Amino acid sequence: MCGIVGLYLKNKALEHQIGSLFEPMLVAMTDRGPDSAGFAIYGDEVAEDCVKLVLSHPDESYDWKGLADNIEGQCDIAVSWFQNSRVAVFKLQATREVAESVFATHAPDVAVMSAGRSIEILKSVGEPQEIADTFNLRDMKGSHIIGHTRMATESAVTEKGCHPFSTGMDLCLVHNGSLSNHNRLREELLREGIQFSTENDSEVAAGYLTHRLKQGESLHKALENALEDLDGFFTFAVGTRDGFAVVRDAIACKPAILAETDDYVAMASEYQALTSLPGIENAKVWEPEPARIYAWNRD
Amino acid sequence: MKTIDLSETSTRDLNQALHDQRGECTERNWEVLNPKGSHSLACGLDQNLSVDIRGHAGYYCAGMNKGAEVTVHGSAGVGVAENMMSGTVRVKGDVSQAAGATARGGLLVVEGNAGARCGISLKGADIVVKGSVGHMSCFMAQAGTLVVCGDAGDALGDSLYEVHIYVKGSVQSLGADCVEKDMREEHIRELSDLLKRAGVDDDPLQFKRYGSARKLYNFNIDNAVL
Repeated sequence: MCGIVGLYLKNKALEHQIGSLFEPMLVAMTDRGPDSAGFAIYGDEVAEDCVKLVLSHPDESYDWKGLADNIEGQCDIAVSWFQNSRVAVFKLQATREVAESVFATHAPDVAVMSAGRSIEILKSVGEPQEIADTFNLRDMKGSHIIGHTRMATESAVTEKGCHPFSTGMDLCLVHNGSLSNHNRLREELLREGIQFSTENDSEVAAGYLTHRLKQGESLHKALENALEDLDGFFTFAVGTRDGFAVVRDAIACKPAILAETDDYVAMASEYQALTSLPGIENAKVWEPEPARIYAWNRD
Repeated sequence: MKTIDLSETSTRDLNQALHDQRGECTERNWEVLNPKGSHSLACGLDQNLSVDIRGHAGYYCAGMNKGAEVTVHGSAGVGVAENMMSGTVRVKGDVSQAAGATARGGLLVVEGNAGARCGISLKGADIVVKGSVGHMSCFMAQAGTLVVCGDAGDALGDSLYEVHIYVKGSVQSLGADCVEKDMREEHIRELSDLLKRAGVDDDPLQFKRYGSARKLYNFNIDNAVL
């Protein structure tokens, strides 16, 4: 089953309350996905020569400060960081490749949940409300956010198997459905240099988009190609640093509903998740058509 | 009239209160407030009730309806009026996929648009959609009528049996074994009657009729209930 939700703000004045607008949307989809939940929020952007990573470690009392000091001391890289429950957000003045190799060397047991200038992915096993509380979702600020509540089918219920999946800078994807050609596609993408950390079918879809975007394709074009190359059932919500998109496969048996006002675009698996949004009574509400790409970009 | 507010009452209690009217009917008119997209509202009714749902409904609204008149003053999710036996379901807004799926009797009126697979496996009910319908509508539909005042999506009537389909606008494509057929007098009569029951003003002469070419299944006219 699974539930997916997304909120993309058109009105910048609402950015300080995106977390409180989004939390009830995520929690409303608990019935569709009670085993894990997660979200990717876009905001608090770092400078062009910097990268922001969300890091996770199995030990809840892991010494993040020690790690930050270690990197600054030994690698001569400026680091700022903060802890959010079990994860830490590190901002480094470095490229992604350099940053990831630094962590691979100095803290090989630290997992990178997301990397980019804007994205922060926070996800965990448990009920959506618990995860929203753990990471203090309601106080978060940002421009857009997508989330997922999971009822696992294709792979294990673990933190790594939680959505959203990110395989490239600032790109993330949430998926309701299941893909049938993910194994073959994963092999092809591995040959192209895309890295995967799970056996999950949805991560392959994220990897596919990362690969296409790396080829210089627009998000719209990459999704057009995804409609050709991905076999299976899907409704996707996709986030990039400055964009948000929704697409369903040509058969469209996985549900999706979109709502738009002057202030926002909201997407959910079911209308129930939209009822708490301001002005929803007068919003334009519609069901996205099969195999049609709906994309919004910030200017 | 009895009013039930779903911000205070559960769906189960609402449906139980409506089911309780089956034996002895003490209240014919019901109003449901704050549905907020909840699933399975007013399902399994078996009494001549009038139920007004004020807002959007979730999945399977008015499913298995027998005899009741259910009006959704908003949009409805997947499978509205699925397996309806008799009565009337009217949705003022749009409906999602599989509207009227497998319904055996009664009338479903959608004042907005319907999504994919409208009237899938229809078994005798009548469906009137004022707007357009999505792809694969009337897939494997066996009996009953689908009237579309707008356009129809891809693969209309794929693998259909003896359902009658009338479309006023364009048809993106016809499904396997679905063909355009002549509008004879009895069809104009049938369509006029349905449009009248649905409260639609459209001119029946502007519609085209689609039905089965009867190449895909073993059709024997002697077995048909006429």
